[in-house]
Amino acid sequence: MSSYDTYKYDVLVIGAGGAGLRAAIEASARGVTVGLICKSLLGKAHTVMAEGGIAAAMGNVDDRDNWKVHFTDTMRGGQYLNNWRMAELHAKEAPDCVRELEAWGALFDRTKDGKILQRNFGGHKYPRLAHVGDRTGLEMIRTLQDHCIHQGVEVHMECTIITLLKDGGRVIGAFGYERERGRFKTFHAKAVILATGGVGRSYKITSNSWEYTGDGHALAYDAGAELIDMEFLQFHPTGMIWPPSVRGILVTEGVRGEGGVLLNKNGERFMFNSIPEPYRNQTSDNEEEGWRYIQGDKNAKRPPELLTRDHVARCIVREIKEGRGSPHGGVFLDISWIKKKISNSEEHIKKKLPGMFHMFKKLADIDITKEPMEIGPTTHYMMGGIRVDADTQMSTLPGLFAAGECGAGLHGANRLGGNSLSDLLVFGKRAGEYAAKFSKENNVGIIDEKQITATEHYALQPFEREKGDNPFDVQFALQDMMQQLVGIVRNETEMLRAKEHLRLMNQRAKNVFVTGNREFNPGWHTALDLRNMLLASEAITMAALERKESRGAHFREDYPDKDPNCGKYNLVIRKNADGQMTIRQEPIPEIREELKKIIEEMK
Amino acid sequence: MPTAAFQILRGDANNGRFESYSLEISEGMVVLDAILLIQAKYANDLAVRWNCKAGHCGSCSAEVNGIPKLMCMCRMSDLPLDKPVLVQPMKAFPLIKDLVTDVSWNFEVKKKIKKFKPRPPDAADGTWRMAQEDIDRVQEFRKCIECFLCQDVCHVLREHQLHEKFVGPRYFVQVASLEMHPLDVEDRREDLKKANGIGYCNITKCCTNVCPQDITITDNAIIPLKERVADKFYDPLKRFFRILFGKK
Repeated sequence: MSSYDTYKYDVLVIGAGGAGLRAAIEASARGVTVGLICKSLLGKAHTVMAEGGIAAAMGNVDDRDNWKVHFTDTMRGGQYLNNWRMAELHAKEAPDCVRELEAWGALFDRTKDGKILQRNFGGHKYPRLAHVGDRTGLEMIRTLQDHCIHQGVEVHMECTIITLLKDGGRVIGAFGYERERGRFKTFHAKAVILATGGVGRSYKITSNSWEYTGDGHALAYDAGAELIDMEFLQFHPTGMIWPPSVRGILVTEGVRGEGGVLLNKNGERFMFNSIPEPYRNQTSDNEEEGWRYIQGDKNAKRPPELLTRDHVARCIVREIKEGRGSPHGGVFLDISWIKKKISNSEEHIKKKLPGMFHMFKKLADIDITKEPMEIGPTTHYMMGGIRVDADTQMSTLPGLFAAGECGAGLHGANRLGGNSLSDLLVFGKRAGEYAAKFSKENNVGIIDEKQITATEHYALQPFEREKGDNPFDVQFALQDMMQQLVGIVRNETEMLRAKEHLRLMNQRAKNVFVTGNREFNPGWHTALDLRNMLLASEAITMAALERKESRGAHFREDYPDKDPNCGKYNLVIRKNADGQMTIRQEPIPEIREELKKIIEEMK
Repeated sequence: MPTAAFQILRGDANNGRFESYSLEISEGMVVLDAILLIQAKYANDLAVRWNCKAGHCGSCSAEVNGIPKLMCMCRMSDLPLDKPVLVQPMKAFPLIKDLVTDVSWNFEVKKKIKKFKPRPPDAADGTWRMAQEDIDRVQEFRKCIECFLCQDVCHVLREHQLHEKFVGPRYFVQVASLEMHPLDVEDRREDLKKANGIGYCNITKCCTNVCPQDITITDNAIIPLKERVADKFYDPLKRFFRILFGKK
């Protein structure tokens, strides 16, 4: 019954956002054949949505910046659960990665002396984000895409992977389907890189598109790889909330970087009310000083709106819960107020934040140069993911690599804005390099036809049922449930209920029913994505239950404080021999003396 | 809540027909919301492309009441609801199914455009210096989200189907972004004239009118490129000097 096309590459890259493209470019530059799989059309991946910028300590705007400061900021932001080696590599290599984009044609906004301009962002001590207005992600993905297509990389657009293929303990390929005709495809590769992005689609309010269903997380887990830090899911403080149809769409942190302030319904800048201890001596305690910082005064400290995302999101939730929210259940984000400070504010806002101006005007009838926006937290980014070696990005399975959002370690308990785009570049490049190396040192594995037959059978089941659940209904139920029970504020009772719901939903997912045929059928695609979404949701819930403290993006109202003992380990999830999900604490390795000293010096 | 009627093109190239749906409209709803709700409730196999739902990715291009648009940026409140809202796929490309067309031609065209070729770095640190004023116009072109609405509306492609001889507005915007890039030293004028078929464009500005990113395609990209081509191929004196001094 098996009928599929087979493709052979040295390196197969699954996912074509920033990390996947950068990995494909690197592997190809090292002289191996590369196949690249996109779930959508090329150039539409979620990287295109990134707005604010790429964090890299180039020191173009403030020459006090260097990799040590960036490293320290990243570790502090991640509450020291980060893989410190990754944080070190990231801080050291990001500037060159940005310059490389420029050499490939990217055009970043400029400083007065003609260098790449850098902007302020939450948790970054100095202006650090290389950017293009508020469309940095578009610039980045287009630059990578246009570079990649001249490298001889073979691209498979609108193709989804359902399983990784294994030869013993090693990953040797992947099996999936193409959307257009619904035909199966087998990819035989010496090394496989996962760059599939995040899991946000498991939540109702999210900035993520339909693609972000935890595919890489689930593929790796199913193949036997380990996941870490799954309790740490970032809720971006500022998503659109009104009108209902735009709920969740991202409003860049760049708004705050350019001077935007958060206000409750009483017009109070509530962020001044709670400044966490580790940030006290970096944060201004009055509005006037905050504005001077935005204007580039090197002696001023940054405004509290630019604290880390986990903290800002929680403060917003607190304002809403305590009755000080905006009419539609959010708070206000106001950039228009800068008209009191600068004469050409309208022009300035349109120049710096053209996308935001356009989006609010078009979708919400709001002119952000004249009035405040209404915003609230939105599910945005998965800090957790596939456990990888810091230097090579290889997972715990030989031949399987991971980079970008689906990999984990760099961000610890909370990611700083701008650190994801640099993550994609630094570790996409490394994954490409080491996957190419692995492919040169290893032979092709042998594909197990039985695995393919079983996967085909599984994938076609939804067509064979006479009746069953609508896959979209199951997806919506999951999104509602995760939003309510495993959201920003968590507790044991609710999460135990979530576990029970997940068990029942897994049953429902096994009985979904699809109408129509295999040709471009979103019902079928959703039916197959469900398993991944459920698996990611289960891992999030299990880890969130296990971490009995509040840290970074993980907040437990039944354990509201940080517990120093919990700061000594990461939570690692894997499938045991019986196919059950298991979790264990893995001690964080002792940080290198030299790095420890850097952190101490900058406290 | 008001109800809206929809006529959506269903089927493939051999068997396309309009099917009717109706839906309650909520505040702020865009056409893409409606399509996705119809898909989830009544037609799970309704094929449509979308990603960001915020006008950033350019996936959900279609024709709404006959006008090429991003469905995610098309508010229901801007459409007359006393008659059915007509939703069709882009016409300039072969239909795959429902609202999804085969846009692969665009990706093939892109591959043939000569890639970015920078001059050697001029700063001591191995990078370049560029003034914001010098990149402003190129940044306009780089706003393109490759939604292909300009390709869809261009009569050279839409009516005359000259896909073999003409690359379309999207790729003139891309060539402009390269040709006017302060660092680029490649010369694409011969390609513009021959392989890209820029002469077919008779500047009706249809592309500019549909661009969701407000790129002034005709005035800022195509016309200056046409001038460059004329300069190279149709100005004998300048040509003579170029040969003499080797200028681009």
